[in-house]
Amino acid sequence: MTAQNCAVLTMAGSDDGGVDRARRFRAAALPYLDDVYTLARYLMRNAADAEDAAQECLLRAFRHFETFRGGPIKPWLLAILRNVCRAEYGRRGMLTAATESLDEAEDCVEGVWGDNQGTPESIALRRFDAETVQRLIAQLPDQFRETIVLREINDLSYREIAEVIGAPVGTVMSRLARARALLREAWIAEEKGSTS
Amino acid sequence: MTCDEATVLLHALVDGELDAVHAREVEAHVAGCRRCAPQLAATRELRQAVQDTRLRYAAPDSLRASLERTVPAPAAATSRRSLLKGFAIGSLMSAAAAAGVTFVVLDEDRDSRILGDAVSAHLRSLQAEHLTDVLSSNQHTVKPWFNGRIDLAPPVVDLAAQGFTLIGGRLDYIDGKPVAALVYRRRVHVINLFVMQDVGSTLPFSRLETVQGFNILRWAEQGLNLLAVSDLNKVELKEFEQKFKAATQGAG
Repeated sequence: MTAQNCAVLTMAGSDDGGVDRARRFRAAALPYLDDVYTLARYLMRNAADAEDAAQECLLRAFRHFETFRGGPIKPWLLAILRNVCRAEYGRRGMLTAATESLDEAEDCVEGVWGDNQGTPESIALRRFDAETVQRLIAQLPDQFRETIVLREINDLSYREIAEVIGAPVGTVMSRLARARALLREAWIAEEKGSTS
Repeated sequence: MTCDEATVLLHALVDGELDAVHAREVEAHVAGCRRCAPQLAATRELRQAVQDTRLRYAAPDSLRASLERTVPAPAAATSRRSLLKGFAIGSLMSAAAAAGVTFVVLDEDRDSRILGDAVSAHLRSLQAEHLTDVLSSNQHTVKPWFNGRIDLAPPVVDLAAQGFTLIGGRLDYIDGKPVAALVYRRRVHVINLFVMQDVGSTLPFSRLETVQGFNILRWAEQGLNLLAVSDLNKVELKEFEQKFKAATQGAG
């Protein structure tokens, strides 16, 4: 058993109970509040739903704090948040059949760049303001959106992303490749749209 | 290495996820491949463009506040600490908790929530660096600090001469609403005095209660509800109330 496990067990079993546990939880979770909220914004796509989801996430995380096995708490929190968001999608019937076809699409990473996008001329991407890029990311399909956000914005490692989305590291890699290809396509389309 | 493999692995390369051996393999393939080289460059460029943009969102204050008020209250605490039952009910928990606390009528429910929140806020304030947002023993510094932060003007008085030293103030949350917290010290005892807007009923007289070993004294003045919580004994806490009232009425 690791030192961290010991600490967590002691905490959970301590007589000081709720108050002490709450204090530890807050101390552990507070630094990642922006991360939780950021992922919630990208998954839920609007501020009000994101706040609700983040709130529910914190509540659940606190309730299950003793099951947290130590190690970095950020992926653990984000995994809970993702479950909350997916449950909410499910409730709203937003977990679409498209999910399956996307799974198939993942397998054909080949050719994702298209024919003429690899040329040096098209490489330099224009910089957009944050709102524009946030919108481009928000338009990506669920699985690719969450993967690229976890990587580029929440700054998780592949292993941590795999933990959050409950998939093997290989899947993380192929989704990330596809997510970047899709984002780049959308980026270039946006450049063309906004210059014309 | 095939192009198919490289197409995926070059992402791992730019993300710094490959060990040295695999990194060299991917680089070697890409260097000699007309198809993969532009992909690597494009991936690096996209990554850079994304990193150059501020894409994080800041958690809204209301979320921060709800962490403060839902988490100290007591999902697990209700199961473990029967003492907490019935009063430390966070807004999100109330529905679930109410099922087990059927004898509580609505008003008492809110009343005990306030007491529970006050004790939680007091405990929280005793953690390092949580005690004050504005650190000053000068009432003329502390009082204006609340301007624009909260929609009430708390009565702030210096009671050093009477043995209660003003330490500072901060914002806190009770029953889901922002309140002004004034912090006083009596010897080693910290007194948190919460000043909140009167919602509904003003207390006709001051009331002394004990929750989790802390003494809580509540009274109303100037249309505001005041709640002092401390580990100070009841007699001296009562004395604090009287000195405070005398000073604010003198000042007003």
